Amino acid sequence: MTPQTIAAPPPAVASPAARRSIVVVGRRTLADNVVELSLSRPDGSRLPDWAPGAHIDVVLPDGRTRQYSLCGDRWDAATYRIAVQRESGGRGGSAFLHDNAGVGFGLSFGGPRNNFRLAPATDHLFIAGGIGITPLLPMIRQAELLDLPWRLLYLGRSRSRLAYLDELAAYGARVTVHCADEIGRAELDAWRPTDPRVRVYACGPSRLLDAVQAWPPPPGGFPAKVERFTAASTDGSHAESAFEVVAARSGATVTVARDETIVAALGRVGVDVITSCAQGVCGTCETDVLDGRPDHRDSLLDDAERAASLCMFPCVSRSLGPRLVLDA
Amino acid sequence: MTLALSPTPVSSIDPFSNEFLADPLPFHEQLRELGPVVFLDAYGVYAVARYAEVHRCLTDWQALQSGAGVGLSNFTTEKPWRPPSLLLEADPPRHDAPRAVLSQLLSQRRLRVLEEDWKADAAQLIDELLGRGTEFDAIADLAEVLPLRVFPDAVGIGKTGREHLLPYGDFAFNAFGPQNELVTVPGATIGPTIEWINTQCLRQNLTADGFGAQIWAAADRGEITPTQAPLIVRSMLTAGVDTTVTGIAAIVHAMATNPQEWERLRADRSLLPRAFEEAVRLESPVQTFFRTTTVETVVSGTAIPPGEKVLMFLGAANRDPRRWPDPDRFDLSRDPSGHVAFGMGLHQCVGQHIARLEATAVLGALLDRVASIELTAAPTRHLNNTLRGWEHMPVRVSPSAGDTVA
Repeated sequence: MTPQTIAAPPPAVASPAARRSIVVVGRRTLADNVVELSLSRPDGSRLPDWAPGAHIDVVLPDGRTRQYSLCGDRWDAATYRIAVQRESGGRGGSAFLHDNAGVGFGLSFGGPRNNFRLAPATDHLFIAGGIGITPLLPMIRQAELLDLPWRLLYLGRSRSRLAYLDELAAYGARVTVHCADEIGRAELDAWRPTDPRVRVYACGPSRLLDAVQAWPPPPGGFPAKVERFTAASTDGSHAESAFEVVAARSGATVTVARDETIVAALGRVGVDVITSCAQGVCGTCETDVLDGRPDHRDSLLDDAERAASLCMFPCVSRSLGPRLVLDA
Repeated sequence: MTLALSPTPVSSIDPFSNEFLADPLPFHEQLRELGPVVFLDAYGVYAVARYAEVHRCLTDWQALQSGAGVGLSNFTTEKPWRPPSLLLEADPPRHDAPRAVLSQLLSQRRLRVLEEDWKADAAQLIDELLGRGTEFDAIADLAEVLPLRVFPDAVGIGKTGREHLLPYGDFAFNAFGPQNELVTVPGATIGPTIEWINTQCLRQNLTADGFGAQIWAAADRGEITPTQAPLIVRSMLTAGVDTTVTGIAAIVHAMATNPQEWERLRADRSLLPRAFEEAVRLESPVQTFFRTTTVETVVSGTAIPPGEKVLMFLGAANRDPRRWPDPDRFDLSRDPSGHVAFGMGLHQCVGQHIARLEATAVLGALLDRVASIELTAAPTRHLNNTLRGWEHMPVRVSPSAGDTVA
């Protein structure tokens, strides 16, 4: 169930200034146009816990954010791993990371969040399209850990573009790699499970996910779960800059410095926000938002709740605009 | 990196003796001062009583597992008294799905729908008490009453047999300790109570709109299995009653024994959430939990071999002077953030927002109706191997001007 040795433990709690900071501590090329980045806090402290299917928001120095699935090992509490594919048609976030994110490069993050949770099941079919392998890798390792049957269909244009083929090769016949340049397009529907015990998880291009989602679940079974790469905000407003917070109930206004949390800034002017985990995980500091646009960095709100922004978690979250009004 | 390992201090303190349970504070201080990690030879277990080490052991689920049981008993060698909890006594990956379901169900924003009702229930309860007089037992007449009025209905269990809830929780929390009289005496007659609890968790016995039904709905959606659903309902019934009773008692006790802080709270209601957190820091309703090392684990220079039980004194950590200045004082000037009364990390109390809602409803209702509150006699402790609560807490209140007393 667990690795045989665990290194000396990382510090339990990051300092407030370092709470959302991560530094590239490892980088390797996985395939054509795919690099893997290992990320740790500057002080090496524990990162927030996560489960297979989770992603983080990576905040670039100019404030743009990109979502990346975590594909590392959660038994290593101090390190996140992501794989970044350079998107030629993208908006430049992945290209920026490819060109700049060497070892020692500093970034910021939000989350982790999980819209793609692995449910208890006795059999699994994983379907990856290209870089969509990333959230599925921890799921595969987990199925192995629990000694549960699983299969992977890994689709791509050519082998040179597919990440983690070496790791997957160890699983032998459980893995089917299908490259269009070798044998043409895959007969996807031939993979549709008829056994209701098989749960399907798919990640990759929209066309692939649309096809998988169109599969009717077998009688007594459940629909396939898919993870779509969502377009994150393109503006630079996630930058770690100062902003103003108004505590409406207390009547106080305070400027939150770039290396300070909202909770700490409010504390300076005598406004009480109780926290517990200080990681955006436990939900103790939930605070209603009356005006402004929060920069959500917690692990709790789903996309709909983030869009509505009725509340936020000021132990980690910040502001997208110059001013935020809270019910505090 | 090489770590200089120091010899582990050994103590003969028995943390489950009646003497310890009746007044753990002096023992806590001894344990904290002996060293960052202590070996308790009464049970052959390691123990941590300082804040930093307790926090570390709580959060490091990779090195310190819960699946071998969070009591003294080691499930890898001993049979648990009931099928283990899917939350408290489980680790990732099996812990993931049940925890995700309950975390969503019991988030603050989901609980807001209950807030007005629970405040009204608390107000009605205080009105009833004042209608009977100005002296009452803050345990039997208040702390035990409010949770039993609001929580079983919120879960959606049957109306009859609810007198089993408190004895079940009391037994379950005793069962984390050794087989002392606190376990063996009630153990002889607990059978029907266990059976009643298990029956409540079945789908057909739950109302259509409660937490219980919502847990079963998660099974319909495939987020958990139908086999898991009743055990997750059971977790709510085990952990959701005695703990909140003790939490409410803790805040009432803090108010009754710190009149200046009560006045401060009357003058500034925005301190209400802080008052509850400070009260549970000071009392730590759940005093202890164990973990079991999965690998050799170095805690502040002490190497604990794999497979060893580690006892975490949450109550001692919450009064560690290394973390809390003047720790024994109930102080509304203090920021109690980061206390470990609800634990910390992956297993942190999933029902903590329910506890806050119940306790702040009671405290708010008291503040609305009562000008002062004081003890009329020394409260008596209720001994439990894990929970630190009271048997009786006689109090006298003076109603606020405008309230009439029958």
